Amino acid sequence: MILLYLPILLPLATASLMVMPALPHRLRYPTALTGSLAQLAVTLLLLQGVLDAGILSAQTGNWPAPFGITLVADLLSAAMVVITALMGLAVILYAQPAVARAGGGPLAFAHVLLAAICGAFLTGDLFNLYVWFEVMLMASFALMTGGRGWRAVKGLTAYVVLNLLATLCFLMAIGLLYGLTGTLNLAHLHLQLALVDGDATVTAVAMLLIFAFGIKAALFPLYHWLPAAYPQLPIYTAALFAGLLTKVGVYSLLRVTTLLFAAHQAAILPLLLVSAALSMLLGVLGAAAQGDVRRILSYHIISQVGYMALGIALFTPLALAATIVYLLHHIVVKTNLFLIAGLMRHLGGAYQLERLGGLYAKSGLLATGFLVAALSLAGIPPLSGFWAKLLVIRSTLDAGHLSLALLALAVGLLTLYSMTKIWQAAFWHPAASPPAGTAPGAATLWMGAPVALLALITIFFGLGIEPIFQFATHAAEQLVHPQIYVKTVLGG
Amino acid sequence: MSTLLALLTGLIFAAGIYLILCGNFLRLIFGLGLASNAVNLVIFTAGGLSARRPPLIAAGQTVPTEPVANALPQAMILTAIVIGFAIITFVLALFYRHQRTEAAAAEEGRR
Repeated sequence: MILLYLPILLPLATASLMVMPALPHRLRYPTALTGSLAQLAVTLLLLQGVLDAGILSAQTGNWPAPFGITLVADLLSAAMVVITALMGLAVILYAQPAVARAGGGPLAFAHVLLAAICGAFLTGDLFNLYVWFEVMLMASFALMTGGRGWRAVKGLTAYVVLNLLATLCFLMAIGLLYGLTGTLNLAHLHLQLALVDGDATVTAVAMLLIFAFGIKAALFPLYHWLPAAYPQLPIYTAALFAGLLTKVGVYSLLRVTTLLFAAHQAAILPLLLVSAALSMLLGVLGAAAQGDVRRILSYHIISQVGYMALGIALFTPLALAATIVYLLHHIVVKTNLFLIAGLMRHLGGAYQLERLGGLYAKSGLLATGFLVAALSLAGIPPLSGFWAKLLVIRSTLDAGHLSLALLALAVGLLTLYSMTKIWQAAFWHPAASPPAGTAPGAATLWMGAPVALLALITIFFGLGIEPIFQFATHAAEQLVHPQIYVKTVLGG
Repeated sequence: MSTLLALLTGLIFAAGIYLILCGNFLRLIFGLGLASNAVNLVIFTAGGLSARRPPLIAAGQTVPTEPVANALPQAMILTAIVIGFAIITFVLALFYRHQRTEAAAAEEGRR
């Protein structure tokens, strides 16, 4: 299945093409854009393939399954890959005014990052997942530091060190798993780990993996790197990271809890439950205390990741479907909010709420885009966030956790408070000082188009929730019953 | 032997974490290096310690005739070493730029 390789190979090829000295300067940005469009096209074909034929798998180099590196696409992977390509396209469009004249250098790294994220979503091998994590990390380092000056090094240190610790723990877990079972293929591990007796060792490995993915996903108490690093980044980089990086952690958590530790959940799920609840609460409280748009949005990532982890911790088919809906909804909305923050800075001249003002008068369209994304984040019907939250809360009630359902509702209310704060200060309230921003122009069009696109997706996601919910239910079924996944990978 | 290596790994890892927590950039880099080597030792130990033959197959045969060592953990360690090396290089570059910006900021403050 060549389709499984293309979402990874195309961006890598685009990135290689972009750094070639022979490529004329003015063709660099169009190359990045074309590469991104092509990636979106192949990921859509892959999704169509998975919808038609069920789970797809490919063995690289024709090494049969437990020995070689396997690529697998089930419904969840395929959907994640499509949404990754879509966010890549949106961010590359948005970055045009910032990077096109400079030759689009950072966009080459953005493509490497997209390749690594798709690799992480498609791989069926734990060591390969580690390699993609490292590629992702290196590409993100390059994007963080290469974009502009080095003033932000301090905020980046926490990001660098915690993420390195995460990959070290991941690597250690891989070594121990290999010692336990003699395999690193996820499907084969599913079969082999069920045979291992000695709960303690398996639990230790599971804890190492949860620690590693918890750092990646920014779960309590491992989230401190996120609000320190994201506000320091160029805004298009922050949007790409905010949408996708933590979600790779959530996806990995989803994979290992369903595929690897299906028989050892008693130790894992209660821990995840506590961590998820505290992430939701502390993330949203952290956001309420901030006065910088990027910081508010960064803290909200933590609280939203809490909702997704809550779905994993409840581990019913409905809860997993809720997590999947939440993932898809959140990636679109959070990327969009960061893009909107960039536009607010572009038109209003600042990220600090006290220096912003009068943006509604300046651009009604931007205000509409913000309202759609912000109300969706807070969970107002009929936007996508409402359904995602409804499903999570419904599954907490089904599991008999009334207090968690109330907590989820309260966190939604506090999210609305933060969003109202931004709306009041930046859009509604007249500007305190003469506005320092630029007038709308051609650059605004490049930056506004992806915002409008993502806002439309949010609206249609909310109005057309039925097919998406059906899709998420099927994807969750594939996760809860991994027999087909295992059979597709190992054959027979 | 594995017990000894396990203890050693724990010691190296603890030293690495201690250095990372020192709050000094250069120690942090050494700490990361130590911790990543400790992890390599974990893979090496978990892969099974045995004084067996290298996994080479005699000419004309398709499977080894006697028990051979497992080469995969070593391949994984090799990959991890390469990646770790690249990351240490990056962090060193970060450290260097950090020092220079700090120095420039201090210079500006003096004026």
